[in-house]
Amino acid sequence: MTTPMSELLSVAGLRKSYGDRVVLADIDLSISTHDVVCLIGASGSGKSTLLRCLNLLEPIDDGVITFDGREISDPLIDPREVRREIGMVFQAYNLFPHLTVLENCVLAPVKVHGMEKDEARARAEELLTRFGLAAHSSAHPDSLSGGQQQRAALVRALCTRPRLLLLDEITAALDPILVGEVLEIVRAEAAAGMTMILATHEMAFAREVATSVCFLDGGRILEQGAPDQLFGDPREERTKEFLARIL
Amino acid sequence: MSAVEAWTPSVRQLERESVERRRRHQRALVALVVTLVVFAVIVVAVTSSPGWDRVKETFFSWPDMKAAFPDVLHGFLKYNVAMFLIAEPLILLVGIAVAVTRHTVSPWLTPLRILAVVYTDLFRGLPTILVVTLFGLGIPALQLTGVTNSLFWLTLVALVLCYGAYVAEVIRAGIDSVHPTQLASAEALALSRAQAMWHVILPQALRRVVPPLVNDFVSLQKDTALISVVGVFEALKAASDYGNYHFNYSPMVLAGVFFLVVTIPVARLTDWLSARARRREWGRS
Repeated sequence: MTTPMSELLSVAGLRKSYGDRVVLADIDLSISTHDVVCLIGASGSGKSTLLRCLNLLEPIDDGVITFDGREISDPLIDPREVRREIGMVFQAYNLFPHLTVLENCVLAPVKVHGMEKDEARARAEELLTRFGLAAHSSAHPDSLSGGQQQRAALVRALCTRPRLLLLDEITAALDPILVGEVLEIVRAEAAAGMTMILATHEMAFAREVATSVCFLDGGRILEQGAPDQLFGDPREERTKEFLARIL
Repeated sequence: MSAVEAWTPSVRQLERESVERRRRHQRALVALVVTLVVFAVIVVAVTSSPGWDRVKETFFSWPDMKAAFPDVLHGFLKYNVAMFLIAEPLILLVGIAVAVTRHTVSPWLTPLRILAVVYTDLFRGLPTILVVTLFGLGIPALQLTGVTNSLFWLTLVALVLCYGAYVAEVIRAGIDSVHPTQLASAEALALSRAQAMWHVILPQALRRVVPPLVNDFVSLQKDTALISVVGVFEALKAASDYGNYHFNYSPMVLAGVFFLVVTIPVARLTDWLSARARRREWGRS
């Protein structure tokens, strides 16, 4: 990376608090197209909140967020316009239980992006097939295993062709075998050039796919660097402690 | 979805099944005997009471039931059933509209939100019989042009307004019970609040409140009898009219049977529908 790539998202001086409790402070972050940024850190360090701030699910207390050159932390911005471009997958899947897997996947493309029903269905079916869910497309989410549900949630997020994907500890509720089948999709998307920010506890995976890793501690990005540097030779004492505990 | 393998139950399993079968038969026998004894005691206690013959004559006289049958049935179908069938969908619409209005956030809708709160407070708090009387007798007395004088439609509006307020609160509780992550998930997909409500929140909310909704609708079916206060000859009014002339109230019991004939199947049907929806979502059939 000799020449600066096009910057897709930037965060400057972001601050977020719930009442007196400050959960994010002085967050600076810059993400270019095709970057895969992993957020690591203990539970409660602010990883999820940061992700939710980025697609405006949480109002922020201070700072500036820019997406594609436009300030999206501007109160006059319609959050829906931002979310059209940003996909998100949650730890608890959050699929809609009253809709089938296929219906979950075509809802936003049809209702938000104005895609034709047949076209949306064809795209969803293609993705479901690619990720091994073709047999379950007419099933309801609660009849699937956790790994299948999370893969369905990933497909749902991909169906709208997002330019940025936010993954919030998407394997935290799964056993090691199911973790593998979900991460396979993330790996494939990373290889295909999808820009992603993911909060994760899967250190080996972070090391493998990340272009950059951020260690969050107490609501601040304490250390950021290339995966080899951050995992191999962390600067900060707190990072070393965290990695020693988790690895 | 793996193919079912050939399976022969083990000897132990066959043994277990025969024990379970025996126990099932025993339980069925106990249930039958206990039920018969309890009902026999009730029947004997009632029929052996000193005033039973008088009660039987006044409330369970077959000839009187037969004599009043056409009038009671006519009133029941023309008023109670017709009103129930028309009012129920309207109530559902009013209830959903009011509940959804209370969950909006747009500043433009503030007057509507206030109106929704005032409406529920008012019509939930007033005795239904008062609202029916006010609409049935008060509105014609205003002598407005263009407003119907049909007692059927005026009292129907009164019932819709009263029950709409109850149903709105039931649906609102259902909306509140849908976990906030569902809204977050819908918003992350860039659905508008209205789209999220219509496609994601409301379908889940309505499924959850089916039992209390059925409760309200069964109650509505009974309360169609309230329109008799303004002189509509619905089933109960027709029955008591017969009673006033013949000093026999058996037709009122007959009217009660009519109500049960409608409300019990409604309850069973909705139970079956919600069980089916649950099975589909959980994938166990």
